[in-house]
Amino acid sequence: MKKKDSDFMRRVAEEVPEVNRCYQCLTCTLGCPLVFAMDLKPHEILKYVQLGDKEKVLKASTCWICASCETCATRCPNEIPIVKLMDLLRQEAVAEGVVTEQGPKVNDAFLAAIRNLGRVHELSLIIDLKRRTGGLFKIDPDEIRLGIGMFRHGKLKLLPIKIKETKTIKNLFSRLEKQK
Amino acid sequence: MKIGYFPGCSLESTAVEYDRSVRAVAAKVGVELIELPDWNCCGASSAHAVDPVLAVALPARDLMIAEAMGLDIAVPCAACFLRLMEAQKHLKEDPSLKKEIEETLGKKYKGTAKVYHPLTVFSQPAVKKKIKGAVVNKLKELKVVCYYGCYLVRPPETTHFDDPENPVVMDELMALTGAEVLDWAWKVDCCGAGHTLLRPEWVERLVGEIVEGARKAGAQGIVAACPLCQANLETRQKGKNMMPIFYFTELLGLAMGLKKEAEGWWKKHLISPRIIYNQAREPR
Repeated sequence: MKKKDSDFMRRVAEEVPEVNRCYQCLTCTLGCPLVFAMDLKPHEILKYVQLGDKEKVLKASTCWICASCETCATRCPNEIPIVKLMDLLRQEAVAEGVVTEQGPKVNDAFLAAIRNLGRVHELSLIIDLKRRTGGLFKIDPDEIRLGIGMFRHGKLKLLPIKIKETKTIKNLFSRLEKQK
Repeated sequence: MKIGYFPGCSLESTAVEYDRSVRAVAAKVGVELIELPDWNCCGASSAHAVDPVLAVALPARDLMIAEAMGLDIAVPCAACFLRLMEAQKHLKEDPSLKKEIEETLGKKYKGTAKVYHPLTVFSQPAVKKKIKGAVVNKLKELKVVCYYGCYLVRPPETTHFDDPENPVVMDELMALTGAEVLDWAWKVDCCGAGHTLLRPEWVERLVGEIVEGARKAGAQGIVAACPLCQANLETRQKGKNMMPIFYFTELLGLAMGLKKEAEGWWKKHLISPRIIYNQAREPR
């Protein structure tokens, strides 16, 4: 791990101080629609964050499987903003370079699209994502059938739309990058 | 009634029938939608996962466009709706963030444009009355359940939409069409959202549970109010008797006699809405 554990704990304390309120009632985990795919369950993440086990939480698949559906945070009796915590874990895991899931590639593809055009062109996004994940030439018959179906029903716009003020958007991205 | 319109990226492509039906219904009930000129993507689920400032700055530019026009905004995509609401909340609560974003975008943010989902716009008493008066083709034999998904209702302190566990806004609107609106327990469950891109098997599992829930309730179709919910429920559904997934605006439009337009909307559906075809052609 590149950064000190204490730096991680400081960021948690600053941005999600509510984490310390967790008393392991398991409401988050019981309501989580994607818990079946996670190695550590949401309540376990909260416990390890409280204990300061940075490595364990950043290497867990949890934050990349979380769909940000907000069910956990809405139901949490201690009003812990769990999705905000997941966002923080995603950012820290990327900064530490310990991500094994494909999640960051989705975000990269998405943000690259916005940076270039100001909007997301769905067809280009799918192709770019396949390229980034090495799946461009993998043939999945179900996905190809779906793609053809969508094309035939006129649900795939072929040409992207570019907004006029792409310069403003590009400036925004580069300014934020400089600050990091 | 005039209101700014922020369609969002999906409504330009996979959800084009949603865009068309929102516009058609709005025109029919006297709501003038004015598309925000040169709007940009809200950042969806990616911006907030990567950078909290970016997650506010992208929607902030859209909010500023509406402000300059003196308009509130109708946002048909539930994800865009949440991102705009969330940005508004942060800009209000965090003056230093607001300052930073104003400097980067080179414009002042006043916070005057209110953000609504079309469900809320069409549920205004005056608009509802117009809808009621315009219904000429009651969808009598249709049984549906309303699916709200995540971002209309959660987080409730941001979206201020309806009861986060049991919303009824869409149910009440759908009742105006004459369709039988059934109660069920999957109204606010998650469809798996963006995982459809790389982990379709997870989305298939969630969608399977939702559709099964609708079937158990006795529904013939599910009504949605979000382009990603609709796309996931439609494209990730498996099995023989697949259930059609409607946009709430499509059923409103059909009930208000927009049959010709509706023919065009149905063509965009991957799961054929056969049950509706019968109702559209020979109303009983």
